[in-house]
Amino acid sequence: MSADLTILLPEIVLAVYAMAALLFGVYTTKDKTAPMLTWGTAGIFAVLAFWIGFNGEGTNAALGGMFVDDGFSRFAKVVILISAAAVLVMSESYMAKRNLLRFEYPLLIALAATGMMVMVSAGDLIVLYMGLELQSLSLYVVASLRRDSVKSTEAGLKYFVLGALSSGLLLYGCSLTYGYAGTTMFEGVIAAANAEHISLGLLFGLVFIVAGLAFKVSAAPFHMWTPDVYEGSPTPVTAFFATAPKMAAMGLFARVVHDAFGNVTADWGQIVAFLSVASMFLGAVAAIGQRDIKRLMAYSSIAHMGFALMGLASGTAFGVQAMLVYMAIYVTMNVGTFAFILSMERDGQVVTDIGALNLYSKHEPLKALAVLILMFSLAGVPPLVGFFGKFYVLQAAVQADMAWLAVAGVIASVIGAFYYLRIVYYMYFGEETEALDPAMAPAQWVFLMASAAIMVFGVINLFGIEGPAVAAAAALVN
Amino acid sequence: MVGLEHYLAVAAALFVIGIFGIFLNRKNVIILLMSIELILLAVNINLVAFSAFLGDLVGQIFTLFVLTVAAAEAAIGLAILVCFFRNRGTIDVEDVNVMKG
Repeated sequence: MSADLTILLPEIVLAVYAMAALLFGVYTTKDKTAPMLTWGTAGIFAVLAFWIGFNGEGTNAALGGMFVDDGFSRFAKVVILISAAAVLVMSESYMAKRNLLRFEYPLLIALAATGMMVMVSAGDLIVLYMGLELQSLSLYVVASLRRDSVKSTEAGLKYFVLGALSSGLLLYGCSLTYGYAGTTMFEGVIAAANAEHISLGLLFGLVFIVAGLAFKVSAAPFHMWTPDVYEGSPTPVTAFFATAPKMAAMGLFARVVHDAFGNVTADWGQIVAFLSVASMFLGAVAAIGQRDIKRLMAYSSIAHMGFALMGLASGTAFGVQAMLVYMAIYVTMNVGTFAFILSMERDGQVVTDIGALNLYSKHEPLKALAVLILMFSLAGVPPLVGFFGKFYVLQAAVQADMAWLAVAGVIASVIGAFYYLRIVYYMYFGEETEALDPAMAPAQWVFLMASAAIMVFGVINLFGIEGPAVAAAAALVN
Repeated sequence: MVGLEHYLAVAAALFVIGIFGIFLNRKNVIILLMSIELILLAVNINLVAFSAFLGDLVGQIFTLFVLTVAAAEAAIGLAILVCFFRNRGTIDVEDVNVMKG
């Protein structure tokens, strides 16, 4: 029993911290403690990330196998915690300036992060559901954090209705899986779902679970909430949505299809391949008409999820490895890009129109260069790290005899390059417009520059994430 | 004799009614919340029916978790709806349209 608790300790620490900090916030001066809590939460995330990253070893199962701590879950948790910490740190000044820095914000993020850590460690359908709901319920609230704004509450409402619908689909799939496998444990489900014989009920369960998870990773055709929620939510919340929850949902996706349905790769492989193609093309085409940079990033994230799903669709250990590397790179790029978007303002007012970037390079050459690198990397232009992420997943698809999927990916990425390059075009060759404010919070500047630097210098060895990704994929697929 | 398949049929019917309630309803956001509740209850019927059929308690434990989470979900949904109503002055589904899409 105590050994179980040792394995669960990071999650317990974070949950207890969130509840203690909530009591502290309520009983003391309320929002005056918000900056302190924001930094404190970011600090705890960073400490936990180091603890999990350097301390964990091997595969440990807690609570009779319901909770699994292996290389895969550790990789996902480190990415989740570091990106959540980065988003908290760079959003502090933005929220303080707009009177949004309430003490609930860091605590909801901490609770959401707890849910995400449980999700990627799930070894049982009940744990999967509880983790997913802890994350979702916290995210519904942060989406409508600016409660006096129509847009923000509308974003929260839309996210809530569609999120609850997706939870319902997933849950219906869970109930069918339970009924036809006779157990909620993944190790029992995988024994019931053989390659020679998978019962129709289990197949239905699998399809509903995949549909529910596709909602959570915002893969087309279940993407419709993404642009509205990204546009309506306060920008720091959008930055958070684009990073940690995506990693968690992809981690959970990989966990379910490999741990519970790993013997029927061909059955879910074709569904995931379809989701992948649909997301890549929708993300590439629908973003072309967007003028709002937050909506644009929403479609961009849909397209990127398509590429990550391509790695998963191959159904091999190398595919999972490619997916993990891709997600880590994607999260890094998005942290940098959103650090820049958070700083976009004119006369103190938030600007999200991409037309405001006209001739930005003239006023701010260094920042424009960093954004140029990030945009090229998002588009997948060769010498940058973003290209290697795409290369990885394409390779995984080709190795799994899915060359058509790889070809579709290349075509979609060429189409998608248009809107990234348009931003660069505006910055360097646009027309003269009123300039954006030159001020940028130090934390945002640091993350923008660090992210751009990683995209350039990371090509040497991808910052050493390949080794852990290989170990993570090996732990998941066997 | 009422067997497992009857329970599954009822649950499937409720589930489909819930899904249609979300997509066809053009009137009121409260009806969306009711539809979501209907979906979750369909799942609960499924779980309890399977649990009784298999002679395995896990399904009923799962049901208790689902009920608890559904209550929390409804509370959060209504809270967001109240905030939305304060800003917009209406809860018609057709008026949830400040952002296109």
